[in-house]
Amino acid sequence: MPTFTFTLNGEPTTIEAPADLPLLWILRDHLGVTGPKYGCGVGVCKSCTSHLDGAAFNPCTTPVAECDGGTVVTIEGLADGDVLHPVQQAGIDEDVAQCGFCQPGQIMAAVALLAQTPNPTDADIDAIENVCRCGTYVRIRAAIKRAAASS
Amino acid sequence: MTATEPETPAGLSRRRVLAYLVAAPTLTIVAKIADGVAGPAAPAAATPGIADLYDLSDALTTVALPTAYLLRLEITPEGRVVLGLPRAEVGQGITTAFAQIVADELDARLDDVDVELDPARPELLFNQLTGGSNSIHSLYNPMRTVAAAARARLVTAASQRWGRPAAQLRTASSAVVAPDGRTLSFGALTGAAAAVVDLLVPGTPKPDTQLRLNGQPTGRIDARDIVTGRARYALDVEVAGALPTVVARPPTIKGTVRAVDATAARAMPGVVAVTQIPSGVAVTAETFHQAQMAREALAVQWGPGSIDGLSDADIFARLRRATAPFVTLPLGRLAVDRTFEFAFAPHAPMETLTATADVRGGRAEVWYAAKSPIVAAQSVAAAVGLPQDAVTLHVVRGGGSFGHRLFFEPAVEAAQVSKAIGRPVRLLWTRNDDMRHGRLRPASHHKVRATHLLGRVVAYEHRHATLPVDFSHGFGEALSGAGFDVLDVGATQTVFQLTQKVPYDFGVETQLLSDVQLDVPTGSWRGIYSGQTATANEIMVDEIARALRRDPLGLRRDKLSSPRTRAVLDKVGEIGGWGRSMPAGTAQGVAIHEEYKSVVAYLVEIDCRDRANPRVTKGVCAVDVGRAVNPTGLRAQMQGALIDGISTILRAGVHIDRGAVREGSFSDYLYARQAQAPPVIDVHVMAPTGPPGGGGELGVPAAAAAVANAYARATGTLPTRFPIAFG
Repeated sequence: MPTFTFTLNGEPTTIEAPADLPLLWILRDHLGVTGPKYGCGVGVCKSCTSHLDGAAFNPCTTPVAECDGGTVVTIEGLADGDVLHPVQQAGIDEDVAQCGFCQPGQIMAAVALLAQTPNPTDADIDAIENVCRCGTYVRIRAAIKRAAASS
Repeated sequence: MTATEPETPAGLSRRRVLAYLVAAPTLTIVAKIADGVAGPAAPAAATPGIADLYDLSDALTTVALPTAYLLRLEITPEGRVVLGLPRAEVGQGITTAFAQIVADELDARLDDVDVELDPARPELLFNQLTGGSNSIHSLYNPMRTVAAAARARLVTAASQRWGRPAAQLRTASSAVVAPDGRTLSFGALTGAAAAVVDLLVPGTPKPDTQLRLNGQPTGRIDARDIVTGRARYALDVEVAGALPTVVARPPTIKGTVRAVDATAARAMPGVVAVTQIPSGVAVTAETFHQAQMAREALAVQWGPGSIDGLSDADIFARLRRATAPFVTLPLGRLAVDRTFEFAFAPHAPMETLTATADVRGGRAEVWYAAKSPIVAAQSVAAAVGLPQDAVTLHVVRGGGSFGHRLFFEPAVEAAQVSKAIGRPVRLLWTRNDDMRHGRLRPASHHKVRATHLLGRVVAYEHRHATLPVDFSHGFGEALSGAGFDVLDVGATQTVFQLTQKVPYDFGVETQLLSDVQLDVPTGSWRGIYSGQTATANEIMVDEIARALRRDPLGLRRDKLSSPRTRAVLDKVGEIGGWGRSMPAGTAQGVAIHEEYKSVVAYLVEIDCRDRANPRVTKGVCAVDVGRAVNPTGLRAQMQGALIDGISTILRAGVHIDRGAVREGSFSDYLYARQAQAPPVIDVHVMAPTGPPGGGGELGVPAAAAAVANAYARATGTLPTRFPIAFG
């Protein structure tokens, strides 16, 4: 079986796995990294959103081979120790979450947006496609704007 | 548990709650309801119009009365206040609300309170069911009573320790404070408090005027866990050696397995076992990916399902035929006749149904986000042939429910597979499984007639036809326990009559339910019948206003009998600027709803200038739940309910094609995303008007109807089939 090496939340990680195995199951089943959630397995609900080389991606549809040599950050790797990322802090300050299941993905999507567009418009925020079945969208929007204003 | 004499009868509201001291080295108090003290008397049978006097909340609260202890509160030597809650947390925020209630009564720091979800406790009979927006309503007084009793013991223990009169002591920040400023922490006092015999201060809850945290806008107690990814759901539970498992399911609803050839699947990498179970063929592997790949490789001959050959057109035709006739004659221009139809809708929580089970050595241990854990545990026991007391069912955090987690098929399946292979398993419903074999809000047909004379509505008739909503998760038993003749009348009729009322002075009113017996997995979907019946009624009110040439808000105001409802309606009119001038193709819509001892109004604005993509651009809500324990959590519920309303009215539903659900994921079940959500939803929480009612499901009917009414006013076209995008 081939071997793949990538940086996961700052740690060098080597894994032996079939090349087509989606990263989501490597993270969850092999590495015990459970922040990225399974919501659909086909990249449409976006619950597993994480970062590959700084850009938002969906590990549920990304074969591990595509991550070889790359840098993967999941929700677990976003904070700087105990200091939360501004989007995480804004999520607490705006009391965004209800069931919380989609929030790791929502936060990672928002962080990726702000990296590209530090002062996003409402239309920019509309482009985030992560589904929230509790309907926390207005508070997600407020949290993104709060995080943008704070950094 | 050994309980001593009941110590502090707290005459609260209609129920008498007793706090008992549990013999333990640390202070542990439980709440029990006094036997023989009834709540509101349950009528012998549910009759039309009964919901005005006695509703589903009353029924669920009545059956909660004479059971074993409801709640357990313990103060640990480390100073943690640990609350055992016989309910599920699926995002509705009750763990935060109950932590606030307890912290306030105890004068504990909110951070010191831990809320633990009780495992299935069969001795609670009917009172471990999370549904009907009933948790705060039913447990508010018991929760305050245990905390107040604990506080009295802590103060008494401090008084004895210091040799000072208890009346001079106060409590603050998880400690007892003496007049000279000395403090003793609750943790330091817990052992002594557990040994207190006679209380030196009353153990009664505070008067409302002294409440601080209870009623204060408060962020979720688990917010940090959620934003850091540490919050654990059923699939994240660490159970050593639990193997990933998925189930191959039939191509049509309730299809069966005829034969299976698993040769190829068993040869696939990582596959541990292939197990035939009643609902399909389970594949267990070392990873979920391997299990899913092997599932694809199974060769299964499927038997017929329960509605093979039937599609939406056939089902809606049956619903139309089944609708009960009107009593009044069609009086030409004096009758407003309308029909409405709602498509099937899955609950589709973000976390699909998932369970972990370990069935070995004559015992079963199950982890599931159960809203009806007692029935779930009983069903597991029956499925694996164990006595009920050999099953432990842990209630874990759920990633959304909306009614879905009243059902527990994955818990039963996981137990069946674990028993068969002798290993613990983690069983995942894929999104396709969840959409195509999960529960559905049944499709419905509504025939409504309002007859008016001289500008007044003199008769209002609503005929609702749908598929039977499955209440086998314990609701039916609970209603029997409350005195209803469910066996004769049927659970669906009982629930319908307990929940459906017309809140207006519309003369003679009848609302009747007809069930069309089709074997489809159904379930309560946030609001049970109200999401369709009450939504249709509120659309009708706009149609009546049109016929009477009245302003929709003004007509509601005149005909509502509840001052609380008029107040929330006035509030959204005021905040939302009702009647302001808007461009062609855009409009406002308004609607109200009363249920769960609570009232709500929504005013929305919609932009339909792009007819293919109508967008709700603004939402305003005013809500009165009696007393909002956590206005922040209530605001979230009302905002989310509007997203449900937008979704089910405009785009989100599923079709049935030849016995199977057509849609399979969020790519075709078009639940709203950020681009369909209004940028702002203002929620105004009214000042307290009484004891707490329910809020979880309250918003949906009014939100949905406000969207439909706005759409009708913006386009000049009355929508009658929902979601509108289905055409």
